[in-house]
Amino acid sequence: MARSSYPLLFERSIKGHRGSDLPALDVPMMENIIPENMKGDVLPLPELAEVDIARHYTNLSRRNFGVDNGFYPLGSCTMKYNPKINEEMPGLFADMHPLMDEDMAQGALKLMYDLDKSLCAITGMDKFTLQPSAGAHGEFTGLNLIRAYHESRNDTARTEIIVPDAAHGTNPASAAMAGFKIREIKSAPDGSVDIEALKAAVGPQTAGLMLTNPSTLGLFETHIKEVAEIVHNAGGLLYYDGANLNAIMGIVRPGDMGFDTMHINLHKTFSTPHGGGGPGSGPVGCKKELEKFLPRPVVVENDGVYSLDFDRPESVGKVRSFFGNFGVMVRAYAYILSLGANGLKEASENAVLNANYVFARLKNTYGIPHDRICMHECVINPGELEKNGIHTTDIAKALIDRGYHPPTIYFPLIVHEAMMIEPTESESKATLDEFVDALIDIARVAKENPDAIHACPVTTPVGRPDETTAARKPIVKWTQE
Amino acid sequence: MKSYVPNTVEERQAMLETIGVKSMDDLFTDIPADLKLDKPLNLEDGKSEIEVRRIFKALDEMNKPTPTIFRGAGAYRHYIPSMIPQMMMRSEFYTAYTPYQAEMSQGMLQSIFEYQTLICEITGLDVSNASVYDGATAAAESMLMLRDSKRKKKVLYSEGLHPDVKEVMHTYAHCAGIELVEIPLNKDGVTDREALKANAENAAGYIAAQPNFYGCLDNMDEVSELVHELNMLLVAYVNPMSLGVVKRPGDYKADIAIGDTQPLGLPLSYGGPYCGFMAATQKLIRNLPGRIVGQTVDSEGTRTFVLTLQAREQHIRREKASSNICSNQMLCAIMSSMYLAIMGPQGMKEVAMQNLQKAHYLANEIAKVNGTKLRYPNTPFFNEFVVDSDKCSCKINKAAKEAGIVGGLRLSHFDKEDKNGVLYCATECNTREEMDKLVKALGGIE
Amino acid sequence: MTPNDRKYTKDHEWIMVEGNVAKIGITDHAQNELGDIVFVELPDIDAEFEAGESFAVVESVKAVSNIYTAVSGKVVEVNEALDGEPELLNSDAFGNFIAALEISSIKEDELMTAEEYEKYIAE
Repeated sequence: MARSSYPLLFERSIKGHRGSDLPALDVPMMENIIPENMKGDVLPLPELAEVDIARHYTNLSRRNFGVDNGFYPLGSCTMKYNPKINEEMPGLFADMHPLMDEDMAQGALKLMYDLDKSLCAITGMDKFTLQPSAGAHGEFTGLNLIRAYHESRNDTARTEIIVPDAAHGTNPASAAMAGFKIREIKSAPDGSVDIEALKAAVGPQTAGLMLTNPSTLGLFETHIKEVAEIVHNAGGLLYYDGANLNAIMGIVRPGDMGFDTMHINLHKTFSTPHGGGGPGSGPVGCKKELEKFLPRPVVVENDGVYSLDFDRPESVGKVRSFFGNFGVMVRAYAYILSLGANGLKEASENAVLNANYVFARLKNTYGIPHDRICMHECVINPGELEKNGIHTTDIAKALIDRGYHPPTIYFPLIVHEAMMIEPTESESKATLDEFVDALIDIARVAKENPDAIHACPVTTPVGRPDETTAARKPIVKWTQE
Repeated sequence: MKSYVPNTVEERQAMLETIGVKSMDDLFTDIPADLKLDKPLNLEDGKSEIEVRRIFKALDEMNKPTPTIFRGAGAYRHYIPSMIPQMMMRSEFYTAYTPYQAEMSQGMLQSIFEYQTLICEITGLDVSNASVYDGATAAAESMLMLRDSKRKKKVLYSEGLHPDVKEVMHTYAHCAGIELVEIPLNKDGVTDREALKANAENAAGYIAAQPNFYGCLDNMDEVSELVHELNMLLVAYVNPMSLGVVKRPGDYKADIAIGDTQPLGLPLSYGGPYCGFMAATQKLIRNLPGRIVGQTVDSEGTRTFVLTLQAREQHIRREKASSNICSNQMLCAIMSSMYLAIMGPQGMKEVAMQNLQKAHYLANEIAKVNGTKLRYPNTPFFNEFVVDSDKCSCKINKAAKEAGIVGGLRLSHFDKEDKNGVLYCATECNTREEMDKLVKALGGIE
Repeated sequence: MTPNDRKYTKDHEWIMVEGNVAKIGITDHAQNELGDIVFVELPDIDAEFEAGESFAVVESVKAVSNIYTAVSGKVVEVNEALDGEPELLNSDAFGNFIAALEISSIKEDELMTAEEYEKYIAE
């Protein structure tokens, strides 16, 4: 593809063009409703005809890449296929006002209630709030439950959240936002909790531990029971980062591992699309003893009638307006209905199978930091290829030229030049074989002609961007020249 | 019924062989045996598409149809041009994730750069982020921006903010150790200047609402001047639809503008997904939370868009990040961009004008009903207004409902003491016929 | 070459003392490790820091680093040129200080000479 920039909406604007019309005003026109000192000028927006806007966005979409375009093994993001029926169902609720009377919204309330129950069954938690709008928002909410729990016991000395250094960046950021001090502990080389480090870190100041299991290296925490015991004995609670839940549905539940509260990313595990970075949804579940602290309102049921319970004096308060990203909940609920108990387990099993298959086939070509059975994602690095001056970025860019979205790169931070591959269960053996063959061929080219890899990507509308200039002299909007 | 797993049993077996294990169970030996589930999840069996559709049909039938709505209060029914849902079916957008790989994500990056520009254009400010969850979390984030940029832990806000917005701010403030002080409204429903002055000491800023929850418009030039005289920053929480006819935050020198883009092309959808916007002056760019797209060039000099200023964000700065936000509301942001592009300058002016005119027609007509009066008769408003009645709002609501109308919001929903107040909203979607029908129903209450 | 006219810390800062004021910057080795510097978060004038505290932050595209002070004291001057041109730290690390502190106390024995610092980074 020849390199090309694409005109901005503003650069297509032609004075007098318009894409909208309205019916004639059917009430008598009143003059001077708004006082002169509050009146605004005409907004400086672009002027375009409908056809130009349709082409604009169609062409922009062609300069983008989603799961429907091709394999997207972005580790930790669970880019599974987004079933099409899920996209259709939210339309049924499109015109429902969030403040309409409850007797007129029984279907929507029932859906939220049933989704909560399903998520409880899958995770072993006792109650969920559907309000949080993304994973990080869920973390913030769950940490608020932990804070409220300690506060309710007048245990105000518990100001520290323990976060392993292999954790997602959102973990320490969410803990800070929830007002905690962060105690970072070193992970064992395989990304698991270093038991001795944990023992040394806990104490009367410990509010809780945030943990991802399987870990961010895609490995199950084999000592999870011991971890839970150490934290609980110290008086702390356990928070489960649900980013990697796709590995364990129907196999093991966070609630049974000893976790007290957790979030789920509906946009990862439950197949709702990522929308180019959102909207997501991050429901937070908890055990009975934390239930009273959940954000208000919660949906309750009495004799088949659903209602919103706002009367929750110990609630941590709302974390966003209304009830959350309802449209995302609808999609997740459709997915859970479609799969059921067996389908969810089958999804997790095959997610793990696919990751191990890719891992096994790449072992002889790439660096393998931890050679053992992984869960739903595997971590590799350039290994010997570094001697040819090939870095993880180069391999990622070479994959783009072969029609793949690259894996997550340079995360987890504790693995040198990490590439984290999460194939998900959606992919067939044929797709995985093609992908692995592409990676093996990239390794071959990297040895024979490293410059060809350094030049990648060449098939995209733009080449590697100058990120330094972007950050030094930020241009974050278009301005008329 | 299905798991969307394409591989056959035979293919799965072949893969297990390549891995060097015998069975699926061998992949899960790291999980302690006594923790593993010994029975299936307590869920029903999977269902076919036909069955799933039936279940949703049944849920839909439990909801009452709502063709006529006079309820706003933070969620507004406006007309959504067909372009938006149609273009949003482009799965290159909706099945993508955050554009970490810029070369293959120029479409999303450019769309967000355009969104940021459009937000700057409608707010009159210099910089915008790529969205946050909703208006309420935008308010909470702006509160943290005030704290960080002024290094003060006290923030003032208007009583006239939406109750949900206030509650979310309090949730975040409790965590951050911020002292939040509510500045009351005066008898005309706008910021009480004296209370603002009395509480300004050591405060980082004031979060105002324009129009506010009760629909009232304030003289923001005056508020802004006062706030800045008191050495505070001004945050304006605005309804973006109103900006077609009222001054933009930048016009009255607000430092930060926030709100929800829901009125711009997003369906009501029972409360979400919506989209919080945040714009600020150039000086505050590094205090903005979340993703920001910037313009740069590639190695050959071609214009290229990238995620920029990432060192503010959680994946790099971890506990010192300006916010924990990662996923935002990207797709909703693009929907609102499309809306603004379709409407253009004239369309935005016209649609805002129709909201204004219809709301005033409705207000005048309702005020004629016996025993009712406008709560703030001397205050300008945009498309919402409060009516007090000598009757319980429960009766008013019932009368509207019996006429097949979702009437105004009973203010007792948020404030139990406010038994008679009803907050109405009229938009371009409401016809005169609908409004007359509502007024007739209200007139018939015994 | 590491200039002889100043002292160095294990965190790769340099300190040049003139009277009771210490100018602090980062070493050439530090800028090299950080890569392209895109932003320098400068402290406020009159802000006070204890020795060992972070008083500034340097950002590259995908990393942030705290800059620590080896002296206790009050900020009396910041290098405002870095606001518009953070790249000055890349092109001339020893020629561009970040901030100057009025010294209330200094732990001389924890500082290295140029020679000692060169040895330290060679290890």
